[in-house]
Amino acid sequence: MTHTQAAPTKSDFKIVPTAALPAVVIVFICLIVAVATNRLWALDFFHVVGGGLWTAIDLFLGFVIGPIIGNMSIPARMEFSKKFMPKMLLLMPTLVIMTLASGWQLARHEGFILSSDKHHSWVVASMIVVGAMAIIALGFLEPANIGVLFELKKEHPNGEVIGRLMKRFLYTAGLTGAMQVATLIIMTRIATL
Amino acid sequence: MNNKKLPPISEISVAILTLVIAGGVYLASHLPNHVSLIPTALLVSLAGVLVLFNLYLISRIPNFAWAKFFLVAKWTLLAYGVIAGTLEYIFIKDGTRGSVLVLMSSALLIFAINLPIHFGFTVARYAD
Repeated sequence: MTHTQAAPTKSDFKIVPTAALPAVVIVFICLIVAVATNRLWALDFFHVVGGGLWTAIDLFLGFVIGPIIGNMSIPARMEFSKKFMPKMLLLMPTLVIMTLASGWQLARHEGFILSSDKHHSWVVASMIVVGAMAIIALGFLEPANIGVLFELKKEHPNGEVIGRLMKRFLYTAGLTGAMQVATLIIMTRIATL
Repeated sequence: MNNKKLPPISEISVAILTLVIAGGVYLASHLPNHVSLIPTALLVSLAGVLVLFNLYLISRIPNFAWAKFFLVAKWTLLAYGVIAGTLEYIFIKDGTRGSVLVLMSSALLIFAINLPIHFGFTVARYAD
């Protein structure tokens, strides 16, 4: 076994964990109901729960799990990735849309997006940070995630490709984790102004 | 295919994403005030042109793994189409109308088309 040609692995895993799809659909339906009814509690719930989980997972992945995976051997990384990456594929986009959609609606509800509002500059700052995180997540992190999963599905996965894509995944996860610190500062400022 | 020199499709996709998000943030940060739509219109138009250019570049790659590309692209389109649709619904529900809505919708459409191209290409480039 070399780094470029890993040993044949069992590819009996699902790239998209279909068993979890009903949960995602339920979250989406609840989110749309929350937006449609414009109820403050429901919007706050989605924003706090989604944002809290998104921030915590990014920080945990970037600063705890990431360095651990980085020190694993390629076969160990592959084994871990087969179980971990499919879950991330569904979890993260769901948390992100939960947080952003309810956050936007909440800001409108509370008047934070009005340029005359005292929270406005912080809300704009949060948009810029989220925009930058979206570029990193959708431009680099998510494609690396999908690329690793498809490589692992092959009869003879290329360890070099997996190593390269995993490195990209972990670096960008660390970067978004660091940017989440800015989100924490902004959100706590907005809440206490 | 992974050892061949490929056109910068991923890099262009990230640039498209940046243009669309920058246009969206610019517009959203000025709502509901009246603001010039020209900066966002320019950014979104440029993003649209780059999407077409990216498709042209992919079409010129010899022995491209189209089956893998479409497999990933169609599911990504479904997923991000739903996300873009949700955001579109929110803008409409909030009373966004006229030119602003057209611009926001165009940005969301480009967003939903660009990501399947980006993800599909990332997988197809490493296909055997």
